[in-house]
Amino acid sequence: MPKLLTTEQMAEFASSGCLFFEELIDEQTNKEFLDDIGHTSVENVESVQTYFDNIKSTSSIPRIPAGTPLKDSYPKNSPLEKILKNEVVDGAIKSLVGSNPLVDHQALHLTFPTKYFKGANQRQMSQQNHQDSTIDPRSTFDIQVFYFPTEVTKEMGGTRYHPGTHLRVVNEFGIAKYQNIKGQKSIVCKPGTVGIFHNGLWHGAGVNFSEEIRYMFKVRLQPTEKQELLWDPEKKYQPLPNRALYWSDEVKEVTINDILMRSYPWQEADTNRLDKINVVKFWRLLTGHKKMDVDYWLTRIENELY
Amino acid sequence: MAKRQKVLVLYLKFPSLEAEVISWATFDGTGKKLHMTGDSDEPPYPTGLDALLDGWRLFQSSQAIPEYPGQEFRTSYLKHEFFFEKLEEGDF
Repeated sequence: MPKLLTTEQMAEFASSGCLFFEELIDEQTNKEFLDDIGHTSVENVESVQTYFDNIKSTSSIPRIPAGTPLKDSYPKNSPLEKILKNEVVDGAIKSLVGSNPLVDHQALHLTFPTKYFKGANQRQMSQQNHQDSTIDPRSTFDIQVFYFPTEVTKEMGGTRYHPGTHLRVVNEFGIAKYQNIKGQKSIVCKPGTVGIFHNGLWHGAGVNFSEEIRYMFKVRLQPTEKQELLWDPEKKYQPLPNRALYWSDEVKEVTINDILMRSYPWQEADTNRLDKINVVKFWRLLTGHKKMDVDYWLTRIENELY
Repeated sequence: MAKRQKVLVLYLKFPSLEAEVISWATFDGTGKKLHMTGDSDEPPYPTGLDALLDGWRLFQSSQAIPEYPGQEFRTSYLKHEFFFEKLEEGDF
């Protein structure tokens, strides 16, 4: 049975654009995945290209034409089928992109240690910040499922990401000039960790200063149905009533609205308010409550009397 | 002696040099240090003004462009961009 996301997790996704499930996939499945791609110690790897070509020619990862239903994409009992059928991953996918998502594309990202760059006389650089694909002004969103089969240490330069950037509409590497962004995070995790990103989340691969190859498998999924209350089929969610603004009493309880209204250290003072407005608009789509609001951001400017 | 340019780009919280730095990039034309994406979690200066006080010369800043009608709530790139430089002399 898929474990659907909770309303708190959905609010977290709406606010930050990402969710993480630490050490979710069991050791045996991680091993099966690594065996399948021919993972070996770095001493046995001659060159980046040869290693990558070998994985492509020997692993069971299928070639999936873009637009293929996820349910028809991976062979039964293959490691990737097991990972994507894990009850938590399956539940998160169903909660975010519904019961019949399509595979947009998949990729196995490999980040090699310093010695390969020295050997090839190349400059070892991290990947610049970007938003995947192209300018995407839709209300509909895709998700990217990231799977980490091995431990990722800080030294290995795990995927860098910027929580709360997913609703900013930019043109792919048009954000590459932002070398560092306040509040940036890098994925440091145990084997078997799964992350799910909104397709708009700004990110980039870190530089690998360790002695080990870093792996990340990614699959992008596209919904075929409206993404409204998919995590809440009984439609129990009700928006919270308005609260007092500024002149208010201290409340210690963290509500869904507090998650939705979280600020991020990289946001400008002025545009931060637009970021909040866009999170409320996103939450309206996700919940189907077309007039709901948080802290009066939209009600105030929708009160047009002329 | 040759001259080389070092460029510092600061993105600020609001369009005034006294504002807090929220994003930054450094490009070192002297070749002494290779900066790259994700190489520091703390900004080199707390504000734009602190960069001036340390000798960086401002040579470009972003314009204030009114939001396009109908697109007032579209958010995109970081808005308050300031380019600074230092020139360094040496045998490069």
